[in-house]
Amino acid sequence: MIPLSWFLIFSAALFAIGLFGVMSRKNTITILMSIELMLNAVNVNLLAFWSYLYGAQLDGLVFVAIVFAAAAAETAVGLALIISAYRRYQTVVADDLDLMKG
Amino acid sequence: MSTETLIWLIPLPPLLAFALISLFTNRSRSISHWTAIVAAGVSWGLSMIVFARAFAMDNLGESPFGSSINWFPVGETYFKIGVHVDPLSAITLFFVAWTIFMIIIYSVGYHNFGQPEGDHDRPGLPPHGADVKDEKGHTHRVPSVEPMYSRFFAFIALFAFGMYALVVTDNLLTLYMAWEIMGLCSYLLIGFWYGKKSARDAAVKAFMVTRVGDMFMLLGMAALYSLTGTLNYTRILSNDAVIQQLVTTQSPVLGLSWAGLVGLLIFMGTVGKSAQFPLHVWLPDAMEGPTPVSAMIHAATMVSAGVYLSIRFFPLIAAGWTPGAPLTPPMIVVTSIGTFTALFAASIAMAQNDIKRVLAYSTISQLGYMVAAIGIGAYVAAAFHLLTHAFFKALLFLGSGSVIHGMEHGSMHTGEEIDTQDMRNMGGLRKKMPVTFWTFLIGGLALSGFPFITAGFWSKDAIHAGAYNGHFTPVFVVLVLAAFLTAFYSMRQITMTFLGKPRSKSAEHAHETKWTMTLPLVILAVFAISIGWVGIEEDFPLIGGVIPNVIKEFLGSMLKVHGTEIFQLTPIFVSIVLALSGLTLGWLLYRRLKADVPDPMQKILGPVYKAMQNKYGFDEFYDIFFVKTSNWISETFTYRWIDLRVIDGILHGIAALGLGIGRVFRNFFDVPVINGAGDALGEGTRGLGSILRKLQTGRVQQYMVIALAIILILGAIFYSVIGL
Repeated sequence: MIPLSWFLIFSAALFAIGLFGVMSRKNTITILMSIELMLNAVNVNLLAFWSYLYGAQLDGLVFVAIVFAAAAAETAVGLALIISAYRRYQTVVADDLDLMKG
Repeated sequence: MSTETLIWLIPLPPLLAFALISLFTNRSRSISHWTAIVAAGVSWGLSMIVFARAFAMDNLGESPFGSSINWFPVGETYFKIGVHVDPLSAITLFFVAWTIFMIIIYSVGYHNFGQPEGDHDRPGLPPHGADVKDEKGHTHRVPSVEPMYSRFFAFIALFAFGMYALVVTDNLLTLYMAWEIMGLCSYLLIGFWYGKKSARDAAVKAFMVTRVGDMFMLLGMAALYSLTGTLNYTRILSNDAVIQQLVTTQSPVLGLSWAGLVGLLIFMGTVGKSAQFPLHVWLPDAMEGPTPVSAMIHAATMVSAGVYLSIRFFPLIAAGWTPGAPLTPPMIVVTSIGTFTALFAASIAMAQNDIKRVLAYSTISQLGYMVAAIGIGAYVAAAFHLLTHAFFKALLFLGSGSVIHGMEHGSMHTGEEIDTQDMRNMGGLRKKMPVTFWTFLIGGLALSGFPFITAGFWSKDAIHAGAYNGHFTPVFVVLVLAAFLTAFYSMRQITMTFLGKPRSKSAEHAHETKWTMTLPLVILAVFAISIGWVGIEEDFPLIGGVIPNVIKEFLGSMLKVHGTEIFQLTPIFVSIVLALSGLTLGWLLYRRLKADVPDPMQKILGPVYKAMQNKYGFDEFYDIFFVKTSNWISETFTYRWIDLRVIDGILHGIAALGLGIGRVFRNFFDVPVINGAGDALGEGTRGLGSILRKLQTGRVQQYMVIALAIILILGAIFYSVIGL
C-alpha cells in the first residue's frame, strides 16, 4: 500500500500551493481557482484519512460530498460577485479593489 | 401725672415733630409749621408745669426731681440714664421753653409764609423775591417764601429736642449726646442755605471748632467715669465724699488735682460751645444761617448749654475752694478766659458794621461775663445772667431779623441792590418800624444794663458785685470796662439802625413786619424788662425786699456753702455810671451819621479800629496755622505719600506678586505639562492612527497575509507555552 503519509504530504503541498496562489495572484478568477485548489486539497486529506482509518463508515464520504457541494456553490457565488464587480469597476485585478482602504 | 413723668415727656414732642416733618409733612408748609409750633407749645406747657412745681418745692436743691432707667449692662450693674430737675435745670427749662417757642412762631413770618414762590428761587439759596402784578399791571417785587420751608422746621424741632434733652438729663453721657445733636443741628442750620459757599464753610467751621472743645470734654468725661465709676450728677456732684477724693488725689498733669483737671477738661467743652477765646471764631461766621437760627443758637440754646454745663459742674471746678479763700487753679483759668473774652469780644463788636455780627460778638462777650462769674465763685450771678441774657439776646436777634426783613422790603420795592444787613445803609427806621424799634431798644438797653427797668442791669450788677465783694480787682475792672464798651456798641447799633435819617433808599421804603414776627418780639421784650426783678438784692435801697430775691434763694439752695453776701453800693454805682455814659457816648457819636462817611471812631482810634474790624486777625491766624496745615497733612502727606504710594504700593506689590506667581505657574507648569499632556494624548492618538492606517490598504490579499502571519505567531506561542 501507499503509506498514508504520502497522501497527507500531497494534500498539504496542494493546500500550500493553493494558499500561496490566493495570496499572490493578481487576477480574482485565479484567486478563486486557488481557493478551489485548497478545497480540493482538503478533500484529498479527508478522503485519505477516511479511506485508511474509517473505510467502513460512510461519514467521511458524506463529509467530502458536502465539501464538494459547498465548494461548487461558493464558486458560483464567487464568480457572480466577480462579474458584478467587473461590471462596476471594469477590473478583475484584486489589488485594484481597495475601496476599504483607510 | 407725676412730675417725673412730665419731665420725661418734655423733650419728646419736638423729636416727634422732627420725625413727622421729615418723613411726612415735607410737602405742605402749613402742616409742617403747625407741627413744629404745636410740639414747641406742648413742650412749653409741660416745662411751665414742671417749673411751677419745682418752684413750689421747698428744698429742691437737696432733693431734686429725678427718675432713671437702666440702659445697658456694665459689669455687675446697669448704666442708668434718667431725668433730673433741680433749681438750675428748672430755671434753664423756663427760659429755654419760652425762647424756643417764640423763635418757632417768629420763623413762620421770617420765612415769608403766605408769600408767593419766587421766580428764580432754588432750594439751597436764600429766596430773592417774586414779581407780582397788581391790578394796574405794574410789576413789583415782593419777598418770596423760603423754598426749603419744611426742612427748616424739621431741623429747628430737632434742635429743640436736643436742648430740652440736655436740660432735663441727669448724667453726662446723655448730656453729651444731646450736646452733639445740637452741634449737628447747628451745622445743618448754619449751612441751611447750602448753595452759598460762605454758609457751607461757616457750618464746617462751627462744627470743627466746637468739636475741639468737645474732644477735651470727652476726655474729662472718660477720666471722670474711670475715677468714679459713674457719670450721674447726683452721685458725683452732690456727693461730698467723691468730690473730696477727687480733690485730694493728684493727676499727672501740671500738678492739678483730679477734680481740677476734670473740671478744666469739661470747661473746655464750654469754651468750644459757648465760643470763648480761643475757640470763639465760629460764632460770628454762624451768622450765615437764617436769623431765627442765630437766635436759637446764640441766645436761647446752644451757647447757653455750654454755660449751663459749667454752672452744673461748678462743684468740680471749685472743689476745694471756700468763699474768701484764694481761687483754685482751674477757677483762675476759667476766670481769665471769661474776663479776657468779655473785653476782647466787646472791642471787636465796636467796629463791626453788620447788624448780626455786632450781636454775635456781643453774645461772646456776655458769655465771657457768665464764665468769669463762674470762675470767681459767683455761680448764682452767672445763672441769673444766663437767664436774662437768653431773653434779651433772643429779642435782639429776632429784632435784627425784623430789621433785615424791613430793609429787604425796601430793597425789593426800590430795586436797590445793597447789603440789607449793613448798618451803614440803615437809619431812621424808628418811624418806619415802630414795634421793632421799641422792642429792640428795650433789648439793647437790657444788654447795656440800663438801670432798674431792664433785666440786664440786675444780672450784670450781680456779677459786678460778686467780683467786687470777692476783692477780685482786675476782674472787676475789666468787666466794668467791658460793660462800658457794651453800652457803647449797643447804642451805636441802635443809633445807626433806627435813629437819624435813612441813609439809603431801601431804608426809606422799609416797613414794619407781620404780626407773626412782632408778637414774639413784644413778648420777649416784656420778659427782658421784668425777669430781672426776681433777683433784686434784699439790701437794695428802696426797692430791695419788695420782691423776694427769688434767684438767690432758689438757686442758692443748690450749693451747701455760700459766702456771706455783703451788700455794697459801689459796684452798682459804677455800673450805672458806666452804662449811662456808654449809652450817651454811643448816641452822640452816631446820631448824625451820614451815608458814605467813614465811621467816626476811625478818627479817634486809628489803626486800632482797623485791628478791631479785622477781629484781630484770629481767623487768618487759625487758617494758616491749623486749617492749611491739616489740609497739607491730609492731602499731601497722608493721601499722596502714605495712602497712594505706600499703602497702595503694598497692595499693588501684592497684586503684582500674585500675578507673577500665576504667570510662572501658567508658563512653566500649566501650559507644558497639563496642556501638553492633553495635546499629547490627542496628537499621539492621531499619529498612532495615521501609522496604523497604513495597515488598512483595502487589498484583501494583504489582509490574508497578515492574518496568516498572526495565526502562525499565535500558534508558535501556544505551542511553546501550553505545549500543544
